[in-house]
Amino acid sequence: MSLNLIVLAKQVPDTHNVTAEAMKADGTVNRGALPAIFNPEDLNALEMALTIKERYGGSVTVMTMGPPRASDILREALYRGADHCVLITDRAFAGADTLATSYVLSLAIRKISNYHLVLCGRQAIDGDTAQIGPQVAEKIGVNQVTYVEKIENLENGEITLSRALGRVTETIRTKLPLLITVTSSANRPRCFGAKRLMKYKKARTSFEIKQEIESSSPTGRYGIEILEEEIAKKHEELKNKGLLIETWTAKDLNADPESIGLTGSPTKVKKVKSIVFAATETKRIEPTEEGINGLIHELIEERTFG
Amino acid sequence: MGKQYKSNGVLVYIEIDHDEVAEVSLELICKARELADQLGVDVQAVIVGESNLDQFAEQIFSYGCDVLHVIEDERLKFYETLPYTFIVSEVIKETAPQIVLFGATPVGRDLAPRIASKLKTGLTADCTDLKIGDHENKKLKKIYKNILYQIRPAFGGNIIATIITPEHRPQMATVREGVIKLTQAQKNRKGVILPFDISLDGVDFVNTYLERTVSEKKINLKAADIIVSGGGGVGSRENFQLIHDLAETLGGLVGASRAAVDSGYIGREHQIGQTGTTVRPKLYIACGISGAIQHRAGMDQSGKIIAINTDPNAPIFQIAHYSIVGDIKEIIPLMIKAYKTKI
Repeated sequence: MSLNLIVLAKQVPDTHNVTAEAMKADGTVNRGALPAIFNPEDLNALEMALTIKERYGGSVTVMTMGPPRASDILREALYRGADHCVLITDRAFAGADTLATSYVLSLAIRKISNYHLVLCGRQAIDGDTAQIGPQVAEKIGVNQVTYVEKIENLENGEITLSRALGRVTETIRTKLPLLITVTSSANRPRCFGAKRLMKYKKARTSFEIKQEIESSSPTGRYGIEILEEEIAKKHEELKNKGLLIETWTAKDLNADPESIGLTGSPTKVKKVKSIVFAATETKRIEPTEEGINGLIHELIEERTFG
Repeated sequence: MGKQYKSNGVLVYIEIDHDEVAEVSLELICKARELADQLGVDVQAVIVGESNLDQFAEQIFSYGCDVLHVIEDERLKFYETLPYTFIVSEVIKETAPQIVLFGATPVGRDLAPRIASKLKTGLTADCTDLKIGDHENKKLKKIYKNILYQIRPAFGGNIIATIITPEHRPQMATVREGVIKLTQAQKNRKGVILPFDISLDGVDFVNTYLERTVSEKKINLKAADIIVSGGGGVGSRENFQLIHDLAETLGGLVGASRAAVDSGYIGREHQIGQTGTTVRPKLYIACGISGAIQHRAGMDQSGKIIAINTDPNAPIFQIAHYSIVGDIKEIIPLMIKAYKTKI
């Protein structure tokens, strides 16, 4: 059986490593200043897919919904071993909450016929909702297993896997197709392959082809028609070499306009407050025996130890 | 079955954790009571499992629940996504609550989004507070009265967002464990148990449970008065023993930052912060913890905070009451010695 594996990935701001440069003077975070990265647990999902492919055969398709620049993580997926990539992008998708996002992702998955397993990270570090996996699974009408740690076996349309639900560890056998969410403790994502990096750093989406050709043409020298011709040529060339990253828009997915973007999102953000950790009055304790004795004495006097 | 259930109330999903009602479910009942009183409606709850679920009713009622819907079947012994989704969705359709709450536990976060997707309504994950309030949509010139404010940290804890679900019902949220204080249980408070009439004939039970273990190691960080916590700066699993030693000396529990857990110094059940447990002990000793916002969000309400770090610019010092710039390998033995001498 050649397995058809789909990985859902997200490009996220690196909220886990907020550097001093990304802090504003008022103590809040300048979100724009954070680097955009491959969501960490989606890398664990990709790693799991690649391991399954190596063990049982098949192909790995990585999909992401995001702005055009999210193609960066798709190239990263190619460097690591993905076979195909799809960028799902459209201005009409902007402002989507998890329900509207899961609707679009489910349409994209349905476009791929005969898939066996959909994998995604447990949650993304910008929202930490962990909702996309289950919401997509419901929309494509397949069973789900969340918090997966390990694939034990996969044969005859059945999969055996282990997962950790808080204190409970379970080994479950269930049917394919299935959607699973993968945790950070499942594996250690592989590094880029050197040969793959050399090959796939030339991979481009149609947006990028257009942008690169337009910016390299001296102003006014080419007419629109020549530009379009150049773009089509490059498109064809990359496609033949397997270096074209597919791009799907709302139209390609035949998405219902009422179910996408801000309009398709039942939840609305009413208010956002940046966290400012008010500086507490701090007492400096000298790191000496005398200093520590004083501190412990004070805490005992105040009955802090109970 | 049918119209008699239509409640417009607040519905809580009761989770059973190792033959007990999960504490977060009781916390939710308390919050649901508060919200329901403001709205003038009932608190309802739904409990799903194998058998003998009535035994939990008294406890659930004592925190403020009015009606408990019970679904029992031998096939429902373990939580399984598809049948549980079907059942709870049916209960929601029948009882038509305006608000549905789940604990933000692994089970709650598996189940609630699946149901929200099925019912095509909004869901806010991992809320730290819930309130009732109004909302004005100036563009549509429309005022929404008494809707649910779903308050949660986002963006790695750097912001607090208030989310609303103005047009869709029910308004759904998962709520983090330990953020709602339990109210005093009223032992004699009465409620109604309603067996929920539902056929499971068409339901897919596709999972076979080959093995299932429950780890007994339950550490209740939320209830601890003293927590000694270690971070990535502790440096090694061997050094982490110092954290255990200090905790033991002071009669406290051991906590950890995500960095320490990710480095394998200690198990995930010890993690404090946005993705771990939220704590507010009387004394919190942060050792080798830089104080990323995610961590601070889980402990900044502690009564007294002592921070020990070699980096004088570590953000943890901003919220510490006592700051010690130094190496934990030197400081912790001094603290243990001082404590043993003084007591």
